Amino acid sequence: MIASPTRKRLAKILVFTALTGGACFAGLPVLWMIASSFKSNKQIFAYPPYLIDESFSFDAYQAVLTDPMQLRFFFNSYLVAILVTIATVIISILAGYSFSRYDFRFKKALNLIIIGVQSVPPITLMIPYFGLIVWLGLYNSYAALILTYMVFTLSYAIIMMTGYFNTLPRDLDEAVMIDGGGSFVTLWRILAPISLPGIVSVGVYTFMLAWNEFLFALTLTKTNDMRTVPIGIQLLMGQHSFEWNQMMAMSALGSLPVLILFLLFQRYFIAGMSAGSIKG
Amino acid sequence: MKIAAARPANPAWERHRKRLLPYAYLSPTLTLLAVLTFIPIATVFLYSLVDNVIITRTPPVFVGLDNYVDVLTDRKFGGALRNTLYLAIASVIGHFILGLSFALLLNTRLIGAFPKALFRAIYILPWVFTASIIAILWRLLLNPHGVVNFLLIELGLTSQRIEWLSDRSVALQAVTFINIWAGYPFYMVSFLAGLQGIPDDLYEAAKVDGANGWQLFRFITLPQLKPIILSLAMLDFIWTTHQFTLIWMTTGGGPIRSTEVLSTFTYKAAFRSNEFSIASTLAMIILALSTIVAIFYVRNQRMTDE
Repeated sequence: MIASPTRKRLAKILVFTALTGGACFAGLPVLWMIASSFKSNKQIFAYPPYLIDESFSFDAYQAVLTDPMQLRFFFNSYLVAILVTIATVIISILAGYSFSRYDFRFKKALNLIIIGVQSVPPITLMIPYFGLIVWLGLYNSYAALILTYMVFTLSYAIIMMTGYFNTLPRDLDEAVMIDGGGSFVTLWRILAPISLPGIVSVGVYTFMLAWNEFLFALTLTKTNDMRTVPIGIQLLMGQHSFEWNQMMAMSALGSLPVLILFLLFQRYFIAGMSAGSIKG
Repeated sequence: MKIAAARPANPAWERHRKRLLPYAYLSPTLTLLAVLTFIPIATVFLYSLVDNVIITRTPPVFVGLDNYVDVLTDRKFGGALRNTLYLAIASVIGHFILGLSFALLLNTRLIGAFPKALFRAIYILPWVFTASIIAILWRLLLNPHGVVNFLLIELGLTSQRIEWLSDRSVALQAVTFINIWAGYPFYMVSFLAGLQGIPDDLYEAAKVDGANGWQLFRFITLPQLKPIILSLAMLDFIWTTHQFTLIWMTTGGGPIRSTEVLSTFTYKAAFRSNEFSIASTLAMIILALSTIVAIFYVRNQRMTDE
């Protein structure tokens, strides 16, 4: 069956139409968010609505970026996400190395447990964490957030890191070992540097998970100076009796880090996303 | 072995060291897992067996499975369970259909590399946003005076403004729709990777046999994607049953519990009513449900591994 040129053109038009329809579904809400962040709050529900109207200004952004409390939310989110990412990357490299290069008792069981941790509901851990964190004297601190976020970032990170190390030939580390280097030297001098793509995937994915976390940030912090961006947005809702334009500005600003990471590291991102479903 | 040969000083100690080495590398992970997973789960299980925990004046009392009986016979629990299952099943189906359709569209050879990359970037967009931002955005869009109602009225699909998130009869569907919008990119990306892994000659051979487009899809594409479909569906089901933020920030479980899911129900039991025993019981029930699905997930993963 050979497709005639007209049939092919028709197919092309159909595909483009479908693609554009899909793009509207995915993109228009986002476009509306950005458009609304440039409007005045009065014009948010104007009838009929326009994408851009005469109230166009950067006022909402200015309001967000000059409010010390909201800047603090951003600082907190960055700090926590970056520290979680660094800690997760280091620990997952060590664990991934162990899983990939050694055979030991309980290896299979431990591996299963780590996969299984992904399916532990955050809400189940929330109640004991509350008690544990208060008991440790860490309630309303960065340490509380960093520690609890790691439970979820680690299992993904270890699965991804193990998968990446498995793709590297063993001869590589054995060559170093023969030259008298210990396993620790091998890992950090040889394996880690050439695993950079894998490490970037892990890092980007971890950062995103930490940046997005909500439930633990809600329950384990109390004062505004410890709140992160996702919680800050919620606070904005009650506090300013729905300053929609500011909420949209903050949403746009709050999505920027992940968006930039995504644009820079699209390939790694996608590797990270599919690692959960298709094991690397 | 090779290290031992290089350093013959104390072979027994070397052997010992070598055996412990993998555990040493795993020690930070195992410590964190023990402190932050196993001990908490054990704690929450104990909490579920007693009354008066955490914020109480009276000492805890062991009550056995009474809390479980209380929860399982509570009509509110039944409602939350039903809503959770609705949200999870509808989301899995919606994510699957959208994710696969978009992946197939993006995988076509009919369009050039640049438009393809552009469309792919747009399609992934919802995934870049965190749940609380998605919640706020859709509250804006679905506001009775918002742009969605405007479009529906202009198109003549409805004559009056619909209160999407505060009308009992549509709130659950609205929340489910938002969740579908937010989550399909994960499927799409996985399917794209899966589609690229299907060897071309499978299609070629089938075409020679006279298979049409639908048959190619039905008898090659779908079976080839089956392992991915299964693991995605199970992971997604687990994740959606854990969904808290989106519901908390759009409807808070309301109006009148019409969008109450297990996680918001548990949160309220703990932090609104201070009934930590009941909340712990709920937490254990959610854990049990997740574990059942997770067992299937891990089995499926291992089969595709081997």
